[in-house]
Amino acid sequence: MSVQEWTFLTIGLSFSLYIIIAFISRARSTSDFYVAGKGIHPVINGMATAADWMSAASFLSMAGLIAFLGKDGSVYLMGWTGGYVLLALLLAPYLRKFGQFTVPDFIGERYYSNTARVVSVLCLIFISFTYIAGQMRGVGIVFSRFLEVDINLGVFIGMGIVFVYAVWGGMKGITYTQVAQYTVLIFAYLVPAIYISIIMTNNPIPQLGFGSTLVNSSEFLLDKLDKVTSDLGFTPYTENTKSKIDVFCITAALMLGTAGLPHVIVRFFTVPSFSDARKSAGYALIFIALLYTTAPAVSAFARMNLIDSIHDKAYSDSPQWFKNWEEIGLIAWKDKNSDGLINYSSGDALENVKPVYLNERGLYGERKILNKANELNNNEVYIDRDIIVLANPEIAQLPFWVIALVAAGGVAAALSTAAGLLIAISSAISHDLLKKTFMPSINEKQELLYSRLATALAISIAGLFGIYPPAFVAQVVAFAFGLAAATLFPVLLLGIFSKRLNKEGAICGMLAGLVFTSGYIIYFKFISPHLNNEEYWFLSISPEGIGFIGMLINLSVAITVSFLTKAPPENVIRMIEKIRSPE
Amino acid sequence: MMFNKETAYWRKNLKILAFLLTIWFLVSFGFGILLSDWLDNLKIGGFKLGFWFAQQGSIYSFIILIFVYVYLMERLDQSSRENKKGDTQ
Repeated sequence: MSVQEWTFLTIGLSFSLYIIIAFISRARSTSDFYVAGKGIHPVINGMATAADWMSAASFLSMAGLIAFLGKDGSVYLMGWTGGYVLLALLLAPYLRKFGQFTVPDFIGERYYSNTARVVSVLCLIFISFTYIAGQMRGVGIVFSRFLEVDINLGVFIGMGIVFVYAVWGGMKGITYTQVAQYTVLIFAYLVPAIYISIIMTNNPIPQLGFGSTLVNSSEFLLDKLDKVTSDLGFTPYTENTKSKIDVFCITAALMLGTAGLPHVIVRFFTVPSFSDARKSAGYALIFIALLYTTAPAVSAFARMNLIDSIHDKAYSDSPQWFKNWEEIGLIAWKDKNSDGLINYSSGDALENVKPVYLNERGLYGERKILNKANELNNNEVYIDRDIIVLANPEIAQLPFWVIALVAAGGVAAALSTAAGLLIAISSAISHDLLKKTFMPSINEKQELLYSRLATALAISIAGLFGIYPPAFVAQVVAFAFGLAAATLFPVLLLGIFSKRLNKEGAICGMLAGLVFTSGYIIYFKFISPHLNNEEYWFLSISPEGIGFIGMLINLSVAITVSFLTKAPPENVIRMIEKIRSPE
Repeated sequence: MMFNKETAYWRKNLKILAFLLTIWFLVSFGFGILLSDWLDNLKIGGFKLGFWFAQQGSIYSFIILIFVYVYLMERLDQSSRENKKGDTQ
């Protein structure tokens, strides 16, 4: 069987599985739809949380980003796991004790204000849509490469599948599909990683493999990688390029953002008790760590393999995967010195970075590109970082079924996260905006209908984002974290740990965090991208890390305003005491 | 009376949090970022120590921290419930 047939088979089987599960566990009440009836076992919820959490960015982009960033890539590893400690210790058990349906629910009740509720709904929608854009894009990339359909058609197919099972199943349906998706994605991630680890280092455990010596050599893999990367003009693999303060702020923004992401928090509303919520966060992190500790090994293997298989090779002898990805438009080669050899080294190969292809072939059959060569360096290759995980099994020449498995895993990661986000968005609309704010008279049946309609609407918008994608998958997701850190996290934290914080403080804090963080990001990413470098950044903090500063601003504004205005009413104080108590 | 019990439980909880979050900060922001270059002078196997904390060690520590928290809080919840029972009898 060919790779394409294998891929059709694995993706087809996995899709049927998701649909069957969704049908069996479909939602019958609003409680089913929003929080899966609050009856999910903590281990099952941990697994579902892991799938919910690990997105197309984690699965497809992260190892690729780390492969190119080296030690700087640690921000994603620590940032996207460390937040679970905050979640388990500071938020999840208390929010579960509170016992309502959504995150804006807590904010609305705790700050006794529908204005606070609506502001938090706006933040939630903003965060979730930023995040979902990357998922649909990820589905599109997998489909276009492995099934050779158009990226946009891939997006439509992905939308269709999520539509069926999210609208049908609600939170209850997606919980069990997420368990299946976790199984698919972790298997798909580990199998090639173990294969490659054995091939390169003889050690079947990738976590140990990338700290071992290379096969038939007494040299440690990371030492060789440091040497090779610095020879080619890159920063040595195990050293930082970014400034310490920027690494610190990005890590903090990702951690705090993780703890403030509504679609993750709401997963802890589905377990039976607050003590289950604590345990469940621990289980979730074990399931997540299985992938997150493997990823940096994959990155190191991939970088080594990549350099070995293309640098200084004639284009005509270059491996098949190189040409396949060139056809898709995610690799380009410009023979600067006309020697027919691929030179891969530091710096952007092309002016304006991304290649614009001409409808012509060059001397060696390569796709010609419109961009001028960037004469500041000798690098001749443009490689889109998003392809590393998908290309890795091909680069390491693994069997076809492994490649197909990785494709199915990528789709599982994207769909499971998209579904979780869609439920968060639709419950914020149907529960918080309609039922609790604008249409309090609707009954449960109507609310359930509205939540299904809201899901359908959200999917359509998400699809548009997939077709007109903004920038890199992982980078887009990084912004969602900045916003979650700067808006929701501080008011949730203070809502539990401070009895003095009042509605004025919470509203001003959220708005200050939102305006500052999104303003900074929009300024550097959209208005003046040419100024987006360390020289112009505030305290040399990049847009990816600014959410941490946004969080500090939110905290100080919220506390200051609260002390200048009236203390919260007695019934709110009693509510805080109740969620803090172990009874 | 009940108010005092609750604050005692809460104060104990805050102490546990402060202790665990200090370790959380140390293994990630400390060993993985701020002290990382310095730790890189030491090696375990093929890993520089700072690099290992940044890409592996911090994550293992996070898992341990959560389960230590689960254990300590279960114990605290239990003793708080028993105290309460003692009061009503």
